[in-house]
Parts: sequence; C-alpha cells; structure tokens
Amino acid sequence: MDTIQDMGRMGSQHLGINVSGAMDTYSLQLANALLGKDLGAATIEMHFPAAEIRFDHSTIFCLTGGDFSPMLDQISVPLNKPVLAQRGNILRFSKIRSGARCYLSVMHNLRIDRWMKSYSTNLKAEAGGYEGRRLRAGDRLDFVAPHAFDIVLTSNYSGALGWQAGELPRRVDNRFKILRGNEWCWLSASSIKSVLEGRFLITHQADRMGYRLMGPKLQQEGEQQLVSSGVKCGTIQMLPGGQLIVLMADSHTTGGYPRIAHIISTDIAALAQLPPRNFIRFALSDIDSAERSLVERQQFLEQLARSSRIKIERFLHVYN
Amino acid sequence: MNCKETYSIFPLGDSALLVNFGNVIDEAVNDKVLLAFYLIKSRSLPGITDVVPSYGSLSIHYDIVTVQTWPGGGKSSYDKVATIVHDVLNEEYELLPYTPRLLKIPVCYAPAMGPDIGCLARYRHLSVDEVVRIHSSRRYRVYMIGFMPGFTYMAEVDERIQVRRRVDPRTRVEAGSVGIAGKQTGIYPVASPGGWQIIGRTPVTIFNQDFTQPVLFQPGDEVEFYSITEDEFNDFNPGHNGYHTGHGENGKPAPGH
Repeated sequence: MDTIQDMGRMGSQHLGINVSGAMDTYSLQLANALLGKDLGAATIEMHFPAAEIRFDHSTIFCLTGGDFSPMLDQISVPLNKPVLAQRGNILRFSKIRSGARCYLSVMHNLRIDRWMKSYSTNLKAEAGGYEGRRLRAGDRLDFVAPHAFDIVLTSNYSGALGWQAGELPRRVDNRFKILRGNEWCWLSASSIKSVLEGRFLITHQADRMGYRLMGPKLQQEGEQQLVSSGVKCGTIQMLPGGQLIVLMADSHTTGGYPRIAHIISTDIAALAQLPPRNFIRFALSDIDSAERSLVERQQFLEQLARSSRIKIERFLHVYN
Repeated sequence: MNCKETYSIFPLGDSALLVNFGNVIDEAVNDKVLLAFYLIKSRSLPGITDVVPSYGSLSIHYDIVTVQTWPGGGKSSYDKVATIVHDVLNEEYELLPYTPRLLKIPVCYAPAMGPDIGCLARYRHLSVDEVVRIHSSRRYRVYMIGFMPGFTYMAEVDERIQVRRRVDPRTRVEAGSVGIAGKQTGIYPVASPGGWQIIGRTPVTIFNQDFTQPVLFQPGDEVEFYSITEDEFNDFNPGHNGYHTGHGENGKPAPGH
C-alpha cells in the first residue's frame, strides 16, 4: 500500500477527523531534510511490495526508512542519500531487507491538493493525498514546475549524490519507552509487572490503524468502564480480552478502552518499522526525557536540512 | 461560570494532555468540557495543534518544540501547557463562549432505512410508531464527535428505547444511518462497519470533504429529529430544505429547516 503522507492533519480532531500522516515521521523528515526541503513536505509512504515508479522528468529523490532493495533501472541505489534520476529511469523495489515502510521524497514538489491543512491521505474519509486513496498502477503524480532545473539535471548521469545523513541511531533492543496512561492504575499489581517485564508479540493485525500485541494476559482491578475519551498515535489500550493494542498513525481521535500507557513520540518511528512477528518490551520513561529526545531529534533534522539546502544549491550551480 | 476545582490534568503521552472532568455521560460535566473546549480554542495559542472534547474530558495536543519557545524558562512543554490550561479554566466567565445551535434533522424510520427498529420495538414492548415518537420528541446534545470523521455522539436517549449495541456489528452501515447504543444516539456520516442499532436514516449530508465545513455538526450543537416518509426521503433536496450544499454563506450550514 502506497499513500501520500506528511506530518498529519492537525486542527480538525474535534470533528472526528483523525490525524493520519506518516507512520515513521522520523524517516519522512529525514528524506525531506536530505533534499533540503521543508521537513514536513508530502512524501510517498510505501509498504512492500511497493510501486514501480517511472520518472517522466529528471529530479533528485531520496529514500529513507525500510530497505526494500531499491534499484534505479538496473543499478542499486542507497537509502538516506539523495539520488539523481533521469527522465525515463525506473525505480523498483525487489526485496525487503529491513523495516516495514519506505519513504520517497522528491526535490520537485508534488502537485496535490491540500485538504484541511494537510496533504496526508485519510483513507477513512477518502480525502487528502491522491484522490483520498492509496496509489494504483497507472496513477500519475505531477510536479509543480516540472522543468525547473532541467538544464542542470539532464545529463547522462543518474545515481547517488555526494552527501548523506551521518550515522543514524540504531536500536540495540526492541525496548520501547512508555509514559503511564490515565488508566494505568486500573491494572492489577501483577499486570503492571507483566507490562514492564513481559514481552509482547506484534501480531499480523498490525497496520496503519494500530498494532495488536499478544502477550501475558492482563487484568483490570475492579469493574470500571471508560466512556469514550481522547486517544492518539502511540496510545496503548487494553482490550476486553486482556491483550494490548498500540494505536498508530490512523488512530481514531477518541476511544473507549482503558489507556494504560503511551509510547513516547521518538520511539513510535522505530515501532513503525517493526513488522509482525517481532517481540517488543516496554520500559517506563518520564515526560522530561521524552520531550528532550524529541527536541534533540528535531534539532538534528533542522540542521541536516540546512546543510543539505546549501549542498543542493551548490550542486545546481556547479552544473549550471 | 467557571471550571475551578472540577478537573484534573494528566499527560496523554508526551505531546498531549488530558483535562479530566469525570468519566461519565452527564450534561453538567459535559458543560464544563465544552466551556473549556471553546475557551482554550479561542486563545489560538501557538503550538496547540488540536483541542478535542469528549464526554467527560478534553484532550489538548501540542507541538513540544513550539511550546518550548513559550516563556517559562526551563519548564517542560507539558508544564507550560498545563499552566496555561489552569489559568484559563480558573477565570470567571459571564457568558458561554459559544451559542449552541439547534439543528433539526429529518429521519426516515421506515424498516428499509432502520433495519433494527422492529426488533428494538419488540424488545421494548413498544410499537414502531412509539419508538419513533419517543426518539423524535427529545432534544439531544452533541456531546462529542469521534470514531470517524463527523460521527456524533448524542445523548441522552429516553430509557424506554435504550438498547445495547448489536452482538455482531454490521460490516456495512449506510451513510446517514441513525443508531442507538445505550443512552447514546448518533448518525453514521459515511458508510462504514458499525455496531449501533440502526433505527432510521437521514437524507442530510453529514460529511462531505468538498464542503468548506466538511462536517455538519460541532461539539455542543443541539439536535432534534423529525420523522419523514420514504417519499420525502427520496425527494429531499438539501438546497430547498435549508441544509448546506457547500456553497452557503461562509460555507456554514443553515440550521433548521
């Protein structure tokens, strides 16, 4: 499934219009940063098997996130590095090596209509993105000002350009940091221990809406029921059977299951790249460190975008 | 009128917080939620990205990085937002910051449109006409909108026609379907799977992405249903009946008919 996504649709949740947006907002921003674009610019979020894409105009693109063995014509191209594509080049993805979602950003802006302040595809409302739906074979995404930089870009060369993101942080284990949820204290003492010490399998019911987990059966202390209340991406709810679900990018705006915890913002990106059949664990964190790690991440991305902007301008001048 | 000492604040993850007024479906509690919703929204604070009312709580979403730039030194974004929320909610207000609109919604309660109405009537030992009369003789409040774009949670349904959700949810409920779940009633804005007991259908467009205001309702709206026949349903013309066609004044729906 391939859809247009940005950082999500804010400001309409009180109307039930959910945020959507990229599952892995770090990779989305990284792809844009390496092209010197606005960090939240619209990209294509791809799941494997992904689309085959023909470039009808020369451009520079960047892939981030999941490694689907990208090939431009017959030559492999790297992730996390800007790549020059010539008119007629075809981008293919042959095999999934790692991750679950790959992001494609292109230097030219895509000609897409904004809906409610965002380019993200909202599949439920069938609005936003490309006709409110997933991309299909034969779809054509136009560039705004397609011929800009034609003289510079059109050459015999296609392939990677000379800059990339520095060493990207890699996770050593699948331990995800959480903050206590409003109904954390509804859990029995032994269930709290299970959440913090147990391991949870990502089941096959894992999509943009949420990841259903399979782990130790949890129990609620008492009989309280929740009337519908706010939830968001990263919220971990306890389902009636005692299992957990982590809400992801296409989360509803409100829900009625106990919110036992929330995955911190910076860790959601890593979870978005974990496919089913992986085990995860949880570790309690606190607001201050959660905020700090997000601020640091954004500072890194802003800096990368600034330096890439200079490099891309220099590249376009050198060949002018 | 104020919200003093009637709420508590708790983090909803690291980029939103929850203002809790009570885990109940209760008009007085929801009054506070809506008051807080309109007060916070009217401040248009930079970095506050969403304010979302529900039955008994309000979630306030914020951008951590933008809120960091607010005055307040080394405090966390969470603390800064919580402080502002406390300030806003502890002021005294003379008037409600909003005027609830009254929307009159036509509903066709024919069995073809409301497949569960017969079953509900039998279960409640009422005639179908009585169910219609009871459902359409009350004024409801839109307590919250959630679940999907434009799905209204309205209450409170007369005890005589309250009924639990269906045991096996339908895989497809038509757009405009009016349902009951316990003390709640609501309208499905678009066709979708759903578990509420469907008693009728409205021809009014609840959600249209091309309208300037894609969702007909707003939290706090008041709603009255009135019964129409199948012929009236089929002849319903949004323009003639005073409902928005997307080209109304300021794009706002004209309430009532």
